[in-house]
Amino acid sequence: MFFNSLLTNFAALEVGQHLYWQIGNIRIHGQVFLTSWILLGALLIFISLGTKKMENDPKGLQNLLEFLWDYIRDLARTQIGEKVYRDWMPFIGTLFLFVFVSNWGGALIPWRLIKLPSGELGAPTADINTTIALALLVSLSYFYAGLSNKGWRYFEYYVHPTPIMLPFKILEDFTKPLSLSFRLFGNILADELVVGVLVFLVPLILPIPVMFLGLFTSAIQALIFATLAAYYIGEAVEEHH
Amino acid sequence: MLAFNFFGATEGGLFDINATLPLMAIQVVALTYILNALFFKPVGNVVEKREKFVSNNILEAKNKLSEVEKLESDLLSQLQSARSEAQRIVSDAENESDKLYKEALELANNEANASKEKARLEIESQTSAAREQLSKQATDLSELIVNRLILEK
Repeated sequence: MFFNSLLTNFAALEVGQHLYWQIGNIRIHGQVFLTSWILLGALLIFISLGTKKMENDPKGLQNLLEFLWDYIRDLARTQIGEKVYRDWMPFIGTLFLFVFVSNWGGALIPWRLIKLPSGELGAPTADINTTIALALLVSLSYFYAGLSNKGWRYFEYYVHPTPIMLPFKILEDFTKPLSLSFRLFGNILADELVVGVLVFLVPLILPIPVMFLGLFTSAIQALIFATLAAYYIGEAVEEHH
Repeated sequence: MLAFNFFGATEGGLFDINATLPLMAIQVVALTYILNALFFKPVGNVVEKREKFVSNNILEAKNKLSEVEKLESDLLSQLQSARSEAQRIVSDAENESDKLYKEALELANNEANASKEKARLEIESQTSAAREQLSKQATDLSELIVNRLILEK
């Protein structure tokens, strides 16, 4: 009985409902693109404002952007290594910024005030399509990084300590994107659901600590995603001796 | 029925994978290029220019510091050598004056001794001369006395 009512509550939160857009004969989740365009637009405006007038003595926004740049560079450099981190820094940084902005945007902006005909707005990273897209991009990137840096010697990595490792390393190529995408998707969706259910049950005060926890989780997930992506690329370009 | 919908059916659901995936991937790749042009390149240029500037300044300052240290040690060694030179000159002069003093003292002593000796010899010779004269006079006198005594007889 209780379980049934809980499921009805979930249904009231419109879990798994989407705003479908039909383009030709393909269907896409419109709410994901709407929120991502709003958030990325805000990010790009923020960045354009901060880099409009760059000075040698940074002030205001430029300071913040330089801090961010430095943070991303440190992340890329520690995981990928001194030699090729420059090539991959924009990609790692974009992943970090995209995931971070999506997570925080989804958690901080009261999207539910905007009524859609179907589904509801929320973090773009709470949609499995987004996280799989990001994870597959990471997979392609580390393959590309390994092949472009070491050529066919990249495949030595699969038999690196011993050839016994071969099946596990091949399996890893599938588990890496799987774990990347499901970790991010699960965390963000779970956070949205927990906050949603709590707001639904106790609309006052009680959800606030959970919301803070959600912000923390969101930031951590962005960092984890970017760090793991950089680590996979670093693993692919690393020279074995 | 609800549970089935919850975990994704043909239409809708949490795991409804469709064209959103490739379009989102294209969007993220486009975003990478846009952010690279708008954010990573310009900020990187500024930051790296400044880092270069700072490290150049530090290098320059280090060079200057080592130059200063070299000059300081040069100066110190010069000072040291000047000081030891001065000490040497002072001690030389002291030795010289000491030597001169000793020489002068010896000379004076010698002179004094010589004149003392001379005086002594003179006194001795005069004494002996006087003694001789006295004994001669005594002899003369005794002769005279004898002669007178003999003649008066």
